[in-house]
Amino acid sequence: MTDSPVLQIEDLRTQFLTHGGIAKAVDGVSYHVNRGETLGVVGESGCGKSVTALSVMRLVPDPPGRIVSGRVLLHGQDLLELDEAAMRRVRGNRIGMIFQEPMTSLNPVLTVGRQIEEVVALHQNLPARQAAERAVEMLRLVQIPEPQRRAREYPHQLSGGMRQRVMIAMALSCNPEVLIADEPTTALDVTIQAQILELIREIQQRTGTAIVLITHDLGVIAETADRVVVMYAGKKVEEAPVTALFDAPLHPYTRGLMVSMPRLDSPLGPERGELPEIPGMVPSLSALPEGCRFAPRCPLAVQQCREEPPLIEYAPGHVAACWRAGE
Amino acid sequence: MAEEPLLVVRDLHKHYPVSAGLMGQVKMTLRAVDGISFTLARGETLGLVGESGCGKSTAGKALMRLIEPTSGSVRLNGIEITGLSRRELHAQRRQMQAVFQDPYSSLNPKMTAGALVAEPLINFGLGNSAERRARVEDLFGRVGLRAGDMAKYPHEFSGGQRQRLGIARALAPGPTLVVGDEPVSALDVSVQAQVVNLLVRLQREFGLAYLFIAHDLAVVRHISDRVAVMYLGRIVELAPTATLFARPAHPYTQALLEAIPIPDPRRRRSRAVLRGEVPSPINPPSGCHFHPRCPIATERCRVEVPELRDLGAGQSAACHHAPAPPAATRETISA
Repeated sequence: MTDSPVLQIEDLRTQFLTHGGIAKAVDGVSYHVNRGETLGVVGESGCGKSVTALSVMRLVPDPPGRIVSGRVLLHGQDLLELDEAAMRRVRGNRIGMIFQEPMTSLNPVLTVGRQIEEVVALHQNLPARQAAERAVEMLRLVQIPEPQRRAREYPHQLSGGMRQRVMIAMALSCNPEVLIADEPTTALDVTIQAQILELIREIQQRTGTAIVLITHDLGVIAETADRVVVMYAGKKVEEAPVTALFDAPLHPYTRGLMVSMPRLDSPLGPERGELPEIPGMVPSLSALPEGCRFAPRCPLAVQQCREEPPLIEYAPGHVAACWRAGE
Repeated sequence: MAEEPLLVVRDLHKHYPVSAGLMGQVKMTLRAVDGISFTLARGETLGLVGESGCGKSTAGKALMRLIEPTSGSVRLNGIEITGLSRRELHAQRRQMQAVFQDPYSSLNPKMTAGALVAEPLINFGLGNSAERRARVEDLFGRVGLRAGDMAKYPHEFSGGQRQRLGIARALAPGPTLVVGDEPVSALDVSVQAQVVNLLVRLQREFGLAYLFIAHDLAVVRHISDRVAVMYLGRIVELAPTATLFARPAHPYTQALLEAIPIPDPRRRRSRAVLRGEVPSPINPPSGCHFHPRCPIATERCRVEVPELRDLGAGQSAACHHAPAPPAATRETISA
């Protein structure tokens, strides 16, 4: 039961029309997440990790963006074929989403309790009184102290960490099958980040919600994900169970990311060398290099890398798109 | 007598008046920086860490007098900075330059990159136009930009390149102290390592002292010789980097280190998560500011402000319960 994909993305392509031409923000990405599982999606700005999530929710601004092809299956049903009315019944109900900066997604002139009430009233058809009770119950679930009182407060009266808890409460208020969390702790301090990640873990254990956790932070990935997708310039370049990814990363980009971060256990003082760098920068999505998109920055690049490398499975569940994977 | 360190900060305060109450009738004080002291040697890096609102950025700005400190003393090269007139301060600014998190907001978008780096040279009246041009070219090379980039405008650069530009501009007048306020925080992981390495290289080449203000403890650990930890406007611990990370003495430092996610799924652990949030600096808790969240707080912590106390080997902590120095005079604990 736990191994049936709740959400499955197949060969998704999302493009943006820009001054510089067509930006292939998501270019043939596939991944899935099972019930009770946390899929980590890691990559740097512009890799397409957030646009993939927005495509799932059909929230890509059109124009300039457009989902060109692919399928987004929620329990086998393709969300890309739903009309807008049907999609509204999915968003916030069967798929919840939380963002990096909760202040921009909370309504500043409504109390936080009221905002949760609206979501449950809309999707669950609850009478006002029950919706209000549900809102307080959700605030208690995300461990907000004095939930009755907090429900009557406005977003600006709450700290960043409390606002993120409200967002989580709202996203989970309809018992979604999937929770998409896009950099949920990036704007938070490290001690608050630890609280929020623990909260998300606890709630998942209780509810079995499938989680897609999008982040640039490999530390967050290591602590929360069961499986990981690594993205670079609109492509999935590697996917693996979390321990396999950290034990034996196959793609030179994944390896580069791992070694370029200073670690708390690396040597100090005279033995401390320079941090290994990934040279250059992420390419523009409207002027992508031929073949492997990482090749211009890759220490292992050879002639063959001018051809696009296919995703190949090297170990069970461990795939990489690199001609020289694992070398 | 030993030579005075490059930078000596003593009891620096920065307070803001705030109005509270429905009609703003209640006047209160926000103690953003509440009496901090530290020194910085020539060529040394001191990391200044803490969570948002702890006062670390305010401290950096106040010691450079980018904002006026409320009280306290800042001596740079033996010169008291706080008493200087505007003109005198301008002359000293050559010695202390800043690099910010987002160089974009501090770069005039209508000036070319070359002009932006030349501007401080002109401001300080350094060199004639040929010398300035040579100096700008040299700086571009040292920060890893091409000479051809000099004619470009800030928007034509990537985030990493803009930070290189910000660094070149800071180094142009030949400072001895560079205050970096989250200088690599906005950069992508793959670019962050490039800029960290650049900062370390430039420090060696120019003998720079860095005050490195950041929230990313792994980066701070990599770059700093010593680290100061701030909480609600005060320094709670200051120690050599290796000591601070191996044997943190203050419970807040311990909690901060404990909270950092470790990039190793085999070491996934259920940790003692620090409960609660940083209280408001407008009405901070009595005694030790940290006591309401502290796992080892006692009655004494509620009433008595702990002083920053020497624990030996360059480590000091402001905690009544921090271990006493090994063989030093042990103060009697009145519990």
